[in-house]
Amino acid sequence: MQRTVLLAISLAVAAMVGSALAAPLNYKTPDEVAVFKPGPNLEVVQGNCSACHSADYVNTQPPMKDKKGFWQAEVTKMIKVYGAPIDDADVGKIVDYLAATY
Amino acid sequence: MFDRRDLLKGAGLAAMAATLNSTKALALDTVTLPFANGERPLVKYPQKRPMIGLTSRPPQLETPFAIFNDGPITPNNAFFVRYHLSDLPYNLDPDKFTLEVKGKVDKPLKLSLKDIRKMKATEIVAVNQCSGNSRGLVEPRVAGGQLANGAMGNARWRGVPLKAVLEMAGVQSGAKQVTFNGMDGPVSDKTPDFVKALDLEHATDGEVMLAYGMNGEDLPFLNGFPLRLIVPGYYGTYWVKHLNEITVIDNVYDGFWMKSAYRIPDTPNNAVEPGTAPKATIPINRFTIRSFITSVPDGAKLKAGGTTLRGIAFDGGKGIKDVQVSTDGGKTWVSAKLGKDLGKYSFREWKLPVKLAAGAHELKVRATGNGGETQPDAPRWNPAGYLRNVVETVRVTVA
Repeated sequence: MQRTVLLAISLAVAAMVGSALAAPLNYKTPDEVAVFKPGPNLEVVQGNCSACHSADYVNTQPPMKDKKGFWQAEVTKMIKVYGAPIDDADVGKIVDYLAATY
Repeated sequence: MFDRRDLLKGAGLAAMAATLNSTKALALDTVTLPFANGERPLVKYPQKRPMIGLTSRPPQLETPFAIFNDGPITPNNAFFVRYHLSDLPYNLDPDKFTLEVKGKVDKPLKLSLKDIRKMKATEIVAVNQCSGNSRGLVEPRVAGGQLANGAMGNARWRGVPLKAVLEMAGVQSGAKQVTFNGMDGPVSDKTPDFVKALDLEHATDGEVMLAYGMNGEDLPFLNGFPLRLIVPGYYGTYWVKHLNEITVIDNVYDGFWMKSAYRIPDTPNNAVEPGTAPKATIPINRFTIRSFITSVPDGAKLKAGGTTLRGIAFDGGKGIKDVQVSTDGGKTWVSAKLGKDLGKYSFREWKLPVKLAAGAHELKVRATGNGGETQPDAPRWNPAGYLRNVVETVRVTVA
């Protein structure tokens, strides 16, 4: 039993040394700090949009005159072009949040 | 997928971590770019100095503009970063890295980094510029990455000509294009992977290159380590990072990132009436000609008397013939002295001693290329906010 554990530990150590020699990069980005602004249906937006990108993708968009049209087009693009799996029932909520909040 | 409470808890933890170690988790400072909603954090990534943070997942970083006054070569740790899709090869192992060359070739290849480094190396100094550089300055505003003028950089790239690799593989007759795919990809298999294409003639021109070196070092991870495509004179969208798959095809590639994205109007000057859609489009290609004043920021206060204005100019590969500067809002122009010629794809430095009397001045700069192309006085517009090259103006007050 003890021998098995020791063997397991030495194998694990060997594996670590092996991977250190192979030197994979292990590049670490800073923590993601951007958040969506508070607004109606915030959790729907967090649940859908955050799967593929950080909130700053939305936060940095320009203030547009036709907010509803702009954000409807963006959400449609995410679904049609990038294949975002957004439930039909959520689409209107997301557009309303974005138009009201940004 | 996400629970609201988890996210809130995550935000709280991030805030706490920020207190304990502010360089790690939170912005060092903020900068305000010169357009509405232009406030950005300055962020610190490994291998990078503090950069203007556009997005964090995937990472997109803009070069603080003052760096362009330090010299014609942009340091690796200040070079801009642009990704499209969030699944980055953060754990890639350079010893196991393989470049695959396949498709309409006689001998499909699998090359290690060592194999590529053993080939005869070439070097070129070339500007890389994001297609969306300066998009935030476009009026009327358009969707997309909202950048000021810092999504560009100039580096000495080292690697092997793509032509040499394609000759090793033996391109078959009937081949039309070559496609390029990198190790970064989408988080959902429903999202089109980022793949770009060049015509075979362009791909084998001897200048398009597979680079592993940048300014005498390995490529930084965020600039495409360990191998990226260099397409001199062409917008950055073609400079595929973490390049590991080259495919020769006998048709015109119709993937999303060529057929639908990165398109410009097929009109004279590639412009349309602001706010309208073009009838026909073509893939974005060569840079428009641009020039900048780097020694004086907009809004600066200067002392009356003599000062030397400095800056940079570049174009899509003809090279810079002349740079003219105006200190009176464009009424009169004087040719500047050009700096050392590092090649037709490089930034070209310029400088001009001027005397400024007290009062407000509009400083302008305008480059002309060896092909006669120059910069327009009024900006041209297209729906994606590409190709900006209006004559830039820096407003200063002299006292």
